[in-house]
Amino acid sequence: MNWKIGGAQGSGVDSSARIFSRAVALAGLWVFGTREYYSNIKGLHSYFEVRVDSNPIQCKVDRTSLLASFDAETLIRHATTVEDGGGIVYNKGVTETSIEKVDTINKEVRQEIQQRLTDKGLKADISGILEESRRRGIHLYPIPYDDLVAQTGKRIGEQQLSKLTRIINVLAVSVSSALLGIDKRYIDDSIRNVFSGKQRIIDMNITGAQVAYEFVSENYHEQFPYKITPIQSKDRLFISGNEAVALGKLVGGCRMQTYYPITPASDESEFLEAHENFDVVDGKNSILVVQTEDEIAAITMAIGAALTGTRASASTSGPGFSLMVEGMGWSGINEVPVVITLYSRGGPSTGMPTRTEQGDLKFVLNASHGEFPRIVLCSGDIEECFYDTIRAFNYAEKYQLPVIHLVDKAMANTNVTVNPFDTKYISIERGKLVQEHKDQDELYRRFKITDDGISPRAFLGMSGFRFWNTGDEHDELGHINEEPENRVNMMNKRMRKLETADTDIPDREKVNFFPASKTADITIVSWGSSKGAILEAMKLLKNDSIEAEFLQVRIASPFPTELVKRQLSKAKLTVAVEQNYSGQMASLIAEKTGIIIDNKIVKYNGRPISLNELYAALKNTFEKPEENRRVVLTSGA
Amino acid sequence: MALKLSDVRTDLFNDWCPGCGDFGIEASLQMALTELGIDINRVVLFSGIGCHGKIVHWTNTFGIHTLHGRTLAFAQGAKLANPELEVVALGGDGDGYGIGAGHFVHAGRRNIDMTYIVHNNGVYGLTKGQASPTQRLGEQTKSLPQPNINNGINPIILALSAGYTFIARSYAFNTRHLKETIKKAIAHKGLALVDVLQPCPTYNDIETKAWYDGEDRRDASGRAVPRVYDVNMKGHDPLVSKEMDEDQVDKKIQHVFRLSKEWGDQIPIGIFYQEIGTPTFEDRISARIPSYLQNPPAKQIPPGTTKSTVELEKLSSELTVQANNV
Repeated sequence: MNWKIGGAQGSGVDSSARIFSRAVALAGLWVFGTREYYSNIKGLHSYFEVRVDSNPIQCKVDRTSLLASFDAETLIRHATTVEDGGGIVYNKGVTETSIEKVDTINKEVRQEIQQRLTDKGLKADISGILEESRRRGIHLYPIPYDDLVAQTGKRIGEQQLSKLTRIINVLAVSVSSALLGIDKRYIDDSIRNVFSGKQRIIDMNITGAQVAYEFVSENYHEQFPYKITPIQSKDRLFISGNEAVALGKLVGGCRMQTYYPITPASDESEFLEAHENFDVVDGKNSILVVQTEDEIAAITMAIGAALTGTRASASTSGPGFSLMVEGMGWSGINEVPVVITLYSRGGPSTGMPTRTEQGDLKFVLNASHGEFPRIVLCSGDIEECFYDTIRAFNYAEKYQLPVIHLVDKAMANTNVTVNPFDTKYISIERGKLVQEHKDQDELYRRFKITDDGISPRAFLGMSGFRFWNTGDEHDELGHINEEPENRVNMMNKRMRKLETADTDIPDREKVNFFPASKTADITIVSWGSSKGAILEAMKLLKNDSIEAEFLQVRIASPFPTELVKRQLSKAKLTVAVEQNYSGQMASLIAEKTGIIIDNKIVKYNGRPISLNELYAALKNTFEKPEENRRVVLTSGA
Repeated sequence: MALKLSDVRTDLFNDWCPGCGDFGIEASLQMALTELGIDINRVVLFSGIGCHGKIVHWTNTFGIHTLHGRTLAFAQGAKLANPELEVVALGGDGDGYGIGAGHFVHAGRRNIDMTYIVHNNGVYGLTKGQASPTQRLGEQTKSLPQPNINNGINPIILALSAGYTFIARSYAFNTRHLKETIKKAIAHKGLALVDVLQPCPTYNDIETKAWYDGEDRRDASGRAVPRVYDVNMKGHDPLVSKEMDEDQVDKKIQHVFRLSKEWGDQIPIGIFYQEIGTPTFEDRISARIPSYLQNPPAKQIPPGTTKSTVELEKLSSELTVQANNV
């Protein structure tokens, strides 16, 4: 079942989708909810898709089972995505609205739609769109929202109906859930959670939901074909990528976070600030979140904090990371552990700020001038976002270098149900630190040359361990030194840390390998948020007797060359799936292993990969590899 | 045990040009640290890029030589993570008022309890003498192909409008004055700016040491009449306190504004402005995070390998969807 709700940005679409999703989750089902919106505050179109299943799910699908709407634009944009036999909930009052009038839709697009309707002999207004849907066997549910709002107002004694306009969202949600047969108590519980602490709004919405449920039971006796049946479940989290990273930071010991506002990263910092005081087993801990004047200050302030022994991070997206690269180089040469969480979005420049992309892989691997070791982690789903965040801090401190944790908008703004995070096996590993006591006469060598490249670290303020840092090449004490021999020793020492990390880090943290049950016909290679759609598509391929295996690369630096070689060298047909134009991971694999990936499936329209399009593309690729060397995916509104 | 000057110096070779104003700043800072008797293990100096940047290597405290223009951002990060540190940031005029001007303004908004010393010589020395943001319009120092086409900025007024709560100017070769000013800046609770006028013997052939000292103007007895004078000795009281009414504060600010514009024959040095009782950023954080000063970010996570002690279940309670037991 795939439910979709659309509406103008700022009209409450966000909270209504959360109410629906939580209600379904309370009924025991698994939820995968994606959010699409423009870079805009009020007025432009945004929508949520909520996929629901009795089994865990990992990606979005193209077809909508039930579309909930209250404006004309949602119908114009999304009615065609509703599957035959599905349903549309809409506002009775918009039936006469002409396509021409909805000027938030691009003019050329409007003209195309008008033409389409005229060609079918339909009126170029919402009634035409609805008739077009009806002909496909779609169930239509006109809702007199104004009447329902008025009834709600009467029941709660609110005369000013303008104060109630925002409940229209909840009416759309409630009509949908009544049609789907969801017990109203789940909706009520969910309303209480989403509007927690605002009793008046809770009462208003619960009454509205009651009015909507009554309306459906009085008017729509015929059964909507899709039903949501409650099933037994355990406690779960309903969580976004932003929130998973934030929780990972708190659990992983991050105690200072800096950021400059940027989509889609800021929600993480705001979550942290909202939870700045939190409980630990023996009392209270806190995280200091600093909103800086720019990303240059964000990264350099985080580095300053890290020098004191604080686990510190900065969170940003591509444009902000562009400003951070000089600072990151400084942390590289001074061996300061700092974590940068990078939520990748459509680039270059401002690009598509609210849309997803995996276009920054090669950038983060090479960003900043000169050469220095860095670790780059790529999470593939929301659970990995949590665990990888903790690893990022451990790696940063163990190997004393910057760690970039690469996630993307698709994960940041996707809300899913997951099993509660298990912290039993998680450790905080602070790496080599100086011993408390030392000979007073002995100078502390912050950058002492060692076999593994790692020098015992002291923090600012540690008595007897004064040290110097400089962005210049330096000697073991940290003083400027440009002598050729020293330069070579220091470069070797720093780069050696990457070899140490490569040796230390267990294989399972470098790649995930999902084998086929028999010899694989097709070997998929990917990274990041493409993971979910790949795993589900593999199951569909299996139904077609196509055996697929999948290598998910989780660490891009140090690159797991031997592991990747081992998995790919015996493959029959290799296919890279990536959300960028050029296939950046494929090219990285070629650089590191010499293996040329046979085929690529790429997507760069800013929308996450859907199961349907990926399954079709993989099938075509398997059947006719020569004709499908590069397939471009295009689904999404 | 009282500190000696030799305790706060390293024995590295100092490569500043002979006659550089940086020597006066270095000596004054080191004397100030010695006289204040602060535990040098608690002192962290941050510097930017430019000639001034090497000062941290000549000084035997923690010394962090950062990026061009970013000294304040690094320094604030360290101070906020561990408020027990005594943080002194040093910058140049190109470094701090040019490429780092954004940080200069926003540091003022925070008012973190630390000190910022700017080496102000009107030129970019290390890149061979281009005009810095403080060089005046129409001036043409030695290596400029054309006279300076930009207006010079006024650091005193910029700092005042940004919210610095201690604003002073000194002169590099008046080490007694500079040392005392730095001591007061460090003692001030809040963000303190010390803008230090400094000759560049190599590239600034206008504001030279001889010019500051007034070698070109002699009194009746033939003695040079220095251009710099101490405003506080001349009766300027910099203090602004919570008890003063709006009118009194306005008058003070107007006077500071006038003083800051004096240049040429009379150049004021001294403490221009000092606010007492304005909450620091640390105070504001403590109001939200009661444990901040006792248990700051730098002290929360123990060394070694440990288990996370965070109560994740409590923390994620609002995200939890209860089990369904149909």
